[in-house]
Amino acid sequence: MLNPGKLGKKNLRWKRVFRTISFYLLLMVVMIPFFIPFYWLMITSLKNNLDMISIPPKLIFTPTLANYIKIITENDLLQFGMNSAIVAAGACVVGLLFGAPAAFGIAHYRIKSLSMSILLARIIPGMSLLLPWFIWFQRMRLLNTYQGLIMAHSIITLPLTVWILISFFEDIPDELIDAALIDGCSIVGAFVRVVLPISLPGVMVAFILGFVGSWNEFLLSSILGGYKTQTLPVVAYRQIEIFTLDWGGVAAAAMILTIPVLLLTFVVQKHIIRGLSFGAVKG
Amino acid sequence: MTKDVPIRSHSFSIIGIITSLNDKFERFVDKKAAILFPAPAIMILVGLFAVPIVYTLYLSFHFWNLSTTTAPIPIGFDNYLQVFQTERFWAAFRHTIYFSSLSIMIQIPLGLGIAMLLNRDFIGRGLVRTLFLFPMMATPVSTMIGWRLMLDPNSGLIGLLASWGLPRVALLSDPFWAMPTFVLADTWRWTPFVSLILLSGLSSLPEEPFEAAVIDGASAWQLFTYITLPLLRPTIFVAVLFRVIDSLKVFDTIFVLSGVGGGTRTYTETLNIYAYSESFEYFHTGYASALLVIFFFIVFGFSLGLAKVRRANDA
Repeated sequence: MLNPGKLGKKNLRWKRVFRTISFYLLLMVVMIPFFIPFYWLMITSLKNNLDMISIPPKLIFTPTLANYIKIITENDLLQFGMNSAIVAAGACVVGLLFGAPAAFGIAHYRIKSLSMSILLARIIPGMSLLLPWFIWFQRMRLLNTYQGLIMAHSIITLPLTVWILISFFEDIPDELIDAALIDGCSIVGAFVRVVLPISLPGVMVAFILGFVGSWNEFLLSSILGGYKTQTLPVVAYRQIEIFTLDWGGVAAAAMILTIPVLLLTFVVQKHIIRGLSFGAVKG
Repeated sequence: MTKDVPIRSHSFSIIGIITSLNDKFERFVDKKAAILFPAPAIMILVGLFAVPIVYTLYLSFHFWNLSTTTAPIPIGFDNYLQVFQTERFWAAFRHTIYFSSLSIMIQIPLGLGIAMLLNRDFIGRGLVRTLFLFPMMATPVSTMIGWRLMLDPNSGLIGLLASWGLPRVALLSDPFWAMPTFVLADTWRWTPFVSLILLSGLSSLPEEPFEAAVIDGASAWQLFTYITLPLLRPTIFVAVLFRVIDSLKVFDTIFVLSGVGGGTRTYTETLNIYAYSESFEYFHTGYASALLVIFFFIVFGFSLGLAKVRRANDA
């Protein structure tokens, strides 16, 4: 005898399987294009000189690390990497030293009028800051110095730090701070001994996101830096302009530049959207 | 919050004076903490933001080339008049509007679609969301070098597609295709940002309206147009606002893909690239300052206009 109920159930299950499969297919079709440029960069960096100029390009070839070895040994890439790291870490420290108290003030005393000024800061073209800085840095002999670049990069790290820490500080219950005050702490003491230690994850997130922002920065560094303080993005870009263009080397430099960032992305992924939209959305 | 009054006998010894001074200081800090905490950051921001802007404004009323040794000569509004009379400025203005509007018209719907997709429960959702951050997090110089390699008509992806029979177009040096190509690269870089903003909006929507509509027999499409979209409007506004501001100021993407020069400069130069060129290629410092002030008001105007439209819609 036919059992319509059972048949219907089976049909429904097949329908669900079909829908699931088509969902994953759609997801793949949409997502894969976002990784093709990375893939292309990677395979180019792993090609030897012959495979590089093959037309049409080869997708299957014997990978080699020659480009990496060449670009690192011939271009002092480690020194430039150090430059990038020094500037980024310095800008993050400045961002935290000045940004953490500000974030605490804003969160604890619920100062509201700041969001508009943050938006204004985003609207201002970076170039209209860069031009005066360039003129002043020239006079103060700050061009091509770490101090100069750290100062310039702190306009990336400072707003970021403030916004990330505000959201962390707002999660701290007022009772905790009041308890510290009753125990005889000053408000500064409460901030240093109570608020900061329990917000250590937030401080880490702010540091990492600020570090990435500064590490990625190109325009400021290319104008305000010089050979001695050249950061990695500037080095990678300058490789394109060299007359004897070596795309394998450029690709290898680009990979070296961005791999640390991609690794850090995994560490702070939860906080990225909140940080980059300056608190406009809760990530 | 109130501190203990310092013990009177202390005030005669040196330690006492210091303690009482320290106490006074702490009481002062307690009272003014709301201002004192943000004060250092505000000082920095004034020094690094406000002062340079005032100086740019000052320079915009002067004739001055940084490459010469003469002092700035005040010339009133001449720089501004000159900007408005320069065809290159208007061309850059048109290119910027073209770039921005095309970018936003593609990125917002695409970003919304992907957000809807990622909002569902599926295996590996966390990993996919994290990997999806890569285009916007990765160093722009690196990713745009990747794009440049890909767009090479011989050894790039274009070359590969051409060997399969598609037309071999040098997109980056083609007067017509260069701009859409920049938009494509920009879309690749910023759609994840749009998606993830919208995704956070989607995940905080209340469930009741959806449940009620499902009971009333609404279709998936009806749910989307009548419930999701209206509820999501504030978040969409945030995404549009950020994209408007940032796309009007586009720099890295175009700069790395085609440099300041290139054969397509007359077809693709945007305001920010033009300002860069006047500032740091020609060192027309006074003129560039006026250009930057005008540029600021263009970006500001669009943001304000957007906010107005939103308020009008909400009312």
